[in-house]
Amino acid sequence: MTDPTSPSQEIVLETHDLTVAYDKKPVLYGIDVSIAPGQLVGIMGPNGAGKSTLIKAIMGLLEPAGGWIQIFGESNKSQRKRVAYVPQRREVDWDFPVTVMDVVLMGRYGHLGLFKRPGKRDRDIAMEALEKVNMIPYAGRQISNLSGGQQQRVFLARALAQESDLYLMDEPFVGVDAATESTIIDLLQDLRSQGKTILVVHHDLPTARQYFDSLILLNMRLVAYGPVEEVFQEELLQRAYGGRLTILSEVADATGEKSKVDLSAKR
Amino acid sequence: MTPKFRHSPPFLALLIFMFAMPSEAHAAKISELVEVDLGDQFVRFFSLQDAAIRHILLGCLFMGINFGLLGSFVVVRRMALVGDTLSHAVLPGVAVGFLFTMSKEPWAILLGATMAGLLGAATVSWIQRSTRLKQDAALGMVLASFFAVGICLIKMIERIPSVNKSGLDHFFYGQAAALGRADLWMMGGTAVLSTIIVVLLYRPLLATSFDQVFARSIGLPERMLFHVLMLLLALAIVVALQAVGALMVSAMLITPATTAFLLTKRMHVMLCLATGLAIAAGMLGAFLSFVGEGLVSHALPTGPSMALCAGGFFLLAFLFSPHHGLVFRYRRHLSQTRQITVENTLKAIYRAMESDRFKEEGIAVRRLAGDARETFEETMTRLRLLVRDGLATFASTRGEVIYLTPEGLQHASRVVRNHRLWELYLTNEADYDADHVHADAEKVEHILGEDQVMELERYLDYPEQDPHGKRIPSLRDTQRLPLRDLAVKEEEVEP
Repeated sequence: MTDPTSPSQEIVLETHDLTVAYDKKPVLYGIDVSIAPGQLVGIMGPNGAGKSTLIKAIMGLLEPAGGWIQIFGESNKSQRKRVAYVPQRREVDWDFPVTVMDVVLMGRYGHLGLFKRPGKRDRDIAMEALEKVNMIPYAGRQISNLSGGQQQRVFLARALAQESDLYLMDEPFVGVDAATESTIIDLLQDLRSQGKTILVVHHDLPTARQYFDSLILLNMRLVAYGPVEEVFQEELLQRAYGGRLTILSEVADATGEKSKVDLSAKR
Repeated sequence: MTPKFRHSPPFLALLIFMFAMPSEAHAAKISELVEVDLGDQFVRFFSLQDAAIRHILLGCLFMGINFGLLGSFVVVRRMALVGDTLSHAVLPGVAVGFLFTMSKEPWAILLGATMAGLLGAATVSWIQRSTRLKQDAALGMVLASFFAVGICLIKMIERIPSVNKSGLDHFFYGQAAALGRADLWMMGGTAVLSTIIVVLLYRPLLATSFDQVFARSIGLPERMLFHVLMLLLALAIVVALQAVGALMVSAMLITPATTAFLLTKRMHVMLCLATGLAIAAGMLGAFLSFVGEGLVSHALPTGPSMALCAGGFFLLAFLFSPHHGLVFRYRRHLSQTRQITVENTLKAIYRAMESDRFKEEGIAVRRLAGDARETFEETMTRLRLLVRDGLATFASTRGEVIYLTPEGLQHASRVVRNHRLWELYLTNEADYDADHVHADAEKVEHILGEDQVMELERYLDYPEQDPHGKRIPSLRDTQRLPLRDLAVKEEEVEP
């Protein structure tokens, strides 16, 4: 369901000179990207490159230390209903007393606000989302009785139930079975064909080439951004994965230390 | 008439009986009662005749609502230790509230204790933010130091002359009988507030408790909801202090909720169950302390007896809950073990019959014992299980002989079929050597379901022989099987 008022050439997501810090320690420096609609974008880079941080900043879960983010030409926080976020699977307690359906319905809460109860339409949407990930038979099951792949599909269904235009997914392919991986990739391609934009944090270089239209290569700094063929080059990959940028990370560490010193001085 | 009211007449009669009973001595204080008969005391306690007892039961009701609702969220958010810390951290506030008015003024104590609780919570998060210490360490530290301050202050108050400080120790161990009208108003108010907030904000609270980051990503005010929950929790703890005491508050907060957690897979059911359990534990605990008082003629604190009741409920759920309870798990284990013994025995008989090419109907027990390398008695014990299940019968013409019933033969064919199909699957598809597959099939044969077997068979293209050249019983064999058919088939398989 794309918004008919928004022209298709509109830029979905734009960041300018985006700098994000964790505990006063910068993790991302001056990121500039501008993403057109209807694309499957992979975010890649070594551990600690700031991939999840980038996604969280776009979602407005982390305050940027500098620069700005725009989604559909507006501030990111005003566009929450058009953005769906799929966190890493291990970030929640899977023994929580809720069923698969309960979790998928949570995808509707953003539209419902604080007090409204989900109606029949919301249930239908949730059911449809479950069907798309082949999880209808598990709708009434407690989430603790699911395999890793099934858990990931529940999270995906919850995001689908949000009916958004931009999807941000944090490592959806980690620790899932082959069947789930192919379900997910089919789903992503289906979303793209509906004109939606999907950003996926990904680890596996070989599959990245076949899954994505374009790639964001990160290593604290933006190493490269562009169509897969252009980014998938020995030299660029070497720059992203060939160790951390030494000076940059040292400066970052020093800044982190300094902020700690400041704090202890205040006490 | 709806089924709900079907039990009304006897219940009504009981109520009328209770109220019509000649009331025995309206004692001003419960401790003045000396009744020995437990039944009489039960009736007296729960017949709501005494104003004092009505206060107690009402207090338990309000407390149960507060702790059931809030405790459930505390447990699923893994904040049990936070509840514990909060309940100890309020104590200095009680003392300060008392010092301020120099009496047990409920409003002053409520205010002081709530402030102290929130101060404790703030200290914990401040320590966490400004040091490398993790939450558990910060909680433990704040719990102990705040509680120590509270004890010191209260001991000081007890030394002040000319101040009525009776009942201060109730804040440690709890005494539901000391609940006054103002206390009840505050407890009731908090219960109403908790109920309204949990009912109205159920979904946002659920979403933020399950997945904070996601909840924030869809714009739910996650921090605000958390603070509302903490504030309610602080209030609930403070107003319950008089009845349960600082030492036992966390038991009443956590135990009913953990019990409910064991019993259900849905949050709203957990909320209701926890509330019911907390109310029941509170009332039963108060009653036990009331009975105990008559026996030892000394004011028994209500906190520990309430906590004991809650713990008792937990123990029951832990042992008897339908899916995860220890007793049920053990019984399931036993019945599974028995099933495996039965099936293995059936299989042994089938094999023996097979080696006779199904020409004999009965198999000598001695022969089975020899095949299994066990004593005659051991084999007999196993065979008796079959007889009890109607799968076989004994006959003792020339020594003991076992005969399978038609059901027994069907069941035996089914097990053998599972075993041989699985062996074939392993050798054909998983590249196992023919002499490696038996042990694995021994386990799998008992757990293969009907559908899996059919799928396996389709997958293997309806095989007739296992890797060792033995015939695999067909689906029809496992359903209806006159013995002579098997004998004929056995002839066909022979090369």
